Amino acid sequence: MSELAGAGAGDADTRAIEASPLGPVRSQARFWRLKSFARDRGALVSGVLLVAVVLAVVFAPSIGRYGPDDADNLARYAPMGAGGHLLGTDQQGRDMLARLLFGGRVSLLIGVVPTLVAGAIGLGLGLVAGYVRGLVDQIIMRCLDVVFAFPMVLLAIAIAGSMRPGVLTEIIAITIVLVPYFARLARTATEGVVPMPFIEAARAAGGTRATIMLRYVLPNVFSPVVVYATTLMGLMIVVGSGLSFLGLGVQPPTADWGAMVAEGRVVLRRAPHVTILPGCAILIVSLAFNFLGDGIRDALDPRTIRR
Amino acid sequence: MGAFITRRLVGVLPVIVGVSIVIFLLIQLAPGDAATVLLGPQATEAARQELRHTLGLDQALPVQYFAWLVRTLSGDFGRSVATQLPVAALVLPRFVNTLILTLGSLLLAIVIGYSVGLFAALRAHSLFDRTSMAVALLAGSAPPFWLGLILVLLFAIQLRWLPVSGMQDIAGNGGALDVMRHLVLPAVTTALGPAAIIARIVRSSVIEALGRPHVRVARAKGLTRATLIKRHVILNALPPVVTITGLQLGYLLGGALLTEVVFAWPGLGSLLYDSITARDLPVIQATTLLIALAFVLANIVVDMINAALDPRLREA
Amino acid sequence: MSAPATLAVVDLRTRFGTASAGATVVDGVSFTLRSGRTTALVGESGCGKSATALSLMRLIEPPGRIIGGTVTLDGRELLTLSEREMEHVRGARIGMIFQDPLTSLNPALTIGQQITETLQAHQPMSRAEADRKAIELLTRVGVADPVHRIHDYPHHFSGGMRQRVLIAAALSCSPSIIIADEPTTALDVTVQAKILRLLHDLQADMGASLFLITHDLGVVAAMADEVLVMYAGRIVERADVDTLFHYPRHPYTKALLACVAGIEDERSVPLEPIDGSAPDLRHPPEGCRFAPRCPAVRDVCWRQDQPLRPVSATHEAACILVEAEPALA
Repeated sequence: MSELAGAGAGDADTRAIEASPLGPVRSQARFWRLKSFARDRGALVSGVLLVAVVLAVVFAPSIGRYGPDDADNLARYAPMGAGGHLLGTDQQGRDMLARLLFGGRVSLLIGVVPTLVAGAIGLGLGLVAGYVRGLVDQIIMRCLDVVFAFPMVLLAIAIAGSMRPGVLTEIIAITIVLVPYFARLARTATEGVVPMPFIEAARAAGGTRATIMLRYVLPNVFSPVVVYATTLMGLMIVVGSGLSFLGLGVQPPTADWGAMVAEGRVVLRRAPHVTILPGCAILIVSLAFNFLGDGIRDALDPRTIRR
Repeated sequence: MGAFITRRLVGVLPVIVGVSIVIFLLIQLAPGDAATVLLGPQATEAARQELRHTLGLDQALPVQYFAWLVRTLSGDFGRSVATQLPVAALVLPRFVNTLILTLGSLLLAIVIGYSVGLFAALRAHSLFDRTSMAVALLAGSAPPFWLGLILVLLFAIQLRWLPVSGMQDIAGNGGALDVMRHLVLPAVTTALGPAAIIARIVRSSVIEALGRPHVRVARAKGLTRATLIKRHVILNALPPVVTITGLQLGYLLGGALLTEVVFAWPGLGSLLYDSITARDLPVIQATTLLIALAFVLANIVVDMINAALDPRLREA
Repeated sequence: MSAPATLAVVDLRTRFGTASAGATVVDGVSFTLRSGRTTALVGESGCGKSATALSLMRLIEPPGRIIGGTVTLDGRELLTLSEREMEHVRGARIGMIFQDPLTSLNPALTIGQQITETLQAHQPMSRAEADRKAIELLTRVGVADPVHRIHDYPHHFSGGMRQRVLIAAALSCSPSIIIADEPTTALDVTVQAKILRLLHDLQADMGASLFLITHDLGVVAAMADEVLVMYAGRIVERADVDTLFHYPRHPYTKALLACVAGIEDERSVPLEPIDGSAPDLRHPPEGCRFAPRCPAVRDVCWRQDQPLRPVSATHEAACILVEAEPALA
């Protein structure tokens, strides 16, 4: 994984302030954060774009006249804009727009679900490892080191390739591969929070380990993980599409964007748009998540608040 | 230094063991019983029973693992389900091809990444800078296999400058030059993502260095811009190639695997793909194991070089 | 010996930011530097002193740029020179010593290299010659065992020693004008005196002109022949050093002097800090910039900015009071 984000632990300070009983401070901080986020045009546009994409794929059946699997022998290889097909058709005469929208459902799913699940699991593991330390920490980190020893894509391919192909397979494979990255981030963030005085105070006040971890440490570790997750979602859509491209995910006739690129490859010469379009979709969504992640990170970092 | 090497090698042993366990467990993921998986659907029930006995599949998992480990260490990677040939012989030539692709891409990524990053930083905020960073952003976010296809579309199909796929022309007697021609598109495809990231890192590093006080002092001495950059910026600013390489290795390798499939480059990646399609688990295992080990080894080498260059790192 | 030269600055203006959003931090500054003289530029942090110095060397970088005025070295206009021509001027005709010796040296090069590169940039000489010259220079600035020390790296030197090295490098080509921007601010007090003495001696030997920028009036008293007092981007008073210390005319200068304890003062004489703070140059006021803090402010001061008015042939102050009260001396 190239983006080894060591996200801002300066958030711990802000969160510490928010965790205090000063109500107005909390809502004030949040207000400035939202405002700051709104000023970041890239992030705002990306956020709006992603919402639009999600809505589009959710309401895919209501958009356009064609279904994703409606093959029309007479309208094969139609270029973009021809004969009522806004984005053309593929080699089986299926409407590209419909296929993109329906395919988007799966692609987004493959990007989002593993990230969320791995995020939750990784957060838990990292939290425990960073707070409890000692043998538990060692065991957890050694296990994670094993996964880190593989290039991410390779492991995902190997896992997915060993199992029966399908969407669930892809999701499981990507989740497994992602957990260590989240765990490592969460652990580092936890290590940054634990020495802080208010944790000492909580311990002195007599909380159990679990309580302290959940009520005091977790909220402060949350924000870097959220930023990381947002950026990763974009990357996972790319990785997931890679797995689908290799045929490890959703099986024909349903297709997601990665599989569509693979299908289009066969007719690259004759109808390049069949390959180009789904790739563009992946690119756009991936970029949007990137900008969104940057925007969230900047909004959460008290040092970059724009008034 | 010797102590560092020893410590590092010893430290990596548990990881290698872990890796082997993971790969061993891959079979467990496969649907159906292991014997069916290994022999394929056409095998007779008798053959399957025999294999079950040979492999000790009725025994406890850890026992199976050790048996497998011993076999693997002695070079027996089993037989390919599809071809019934020993896997070991299948894998080695492929390894060399992947090495060629990976090293070629690495070289390209470093050259492109550093040059673009340096130029962009020296002309910060110029058109070149903004354009190249925008392109870098796109290249880094686009799916690499798709980029490869776009490149094929443009250069192989439309312009016909370069071959569409494969490693050599069919006749196979083009020699090294022919291989190079075939290497261009796959290497560029694989290199684009890492190059984009390298360019961004180099750019910010150089811009930061340009802002340092001693650069202004040097300017005040009347040094020409060229001398200034050479002596005061580049030396201090460019992130060490070795470190960058280390960081990009995983990304590069993963990209190479997908690129091999797109370009039908006969390396471990396309072998992995073929074996997945054919549900040829022994080959999947052997390929994954080899790539993973190569990756671990490469990381160790990078660490060694880093430690050799910077004594402070030897404490780790 | 450096060649005698005169640097004339007329109405220099330097701005940071855009025309619509920014600050003109050097706003119409004029002065002349002559050979053999030490001119001090005094003012509080942020008043534009460093920006003035950097402007003379054309080292201002975006988002800042020089937007007006002329800077002539013996009649030759520097602001219109090409970058290449300016490179010939920097180091060779004008040398600059910067504030923080700890960050001004490249940690990856030896100090010898950082001296010889200046020499070799301006004069054709072999590496051996340059090294010899560097050793001479190091001896001259008081670095012991120069023959061996030219191969040492900056981190082997203390702050004071590094500043000596920087001085050696800056003066290696015998420039006619030496600009020293707070050369001793980052150093220990005991070292300060030595460095200042060094600068004084070098300047006297070379017959160069020293432009000394500082916020420390003690340094001014010790070193300067002529003093320029700067406030909010403008020169508010210019005088010979004795005149300035004994007969200041601008309220700001008077206030500055009142802030500093004199050695003869009684313990009970209070230090008088100046109330308020300097104006925000992003939105400069219409009237006199010191008006909000001036104890002698009049109505007219708020409405009209004051130009420099002559008190005598060698003394000017930008205050309306100069007209009202004729010179005392």
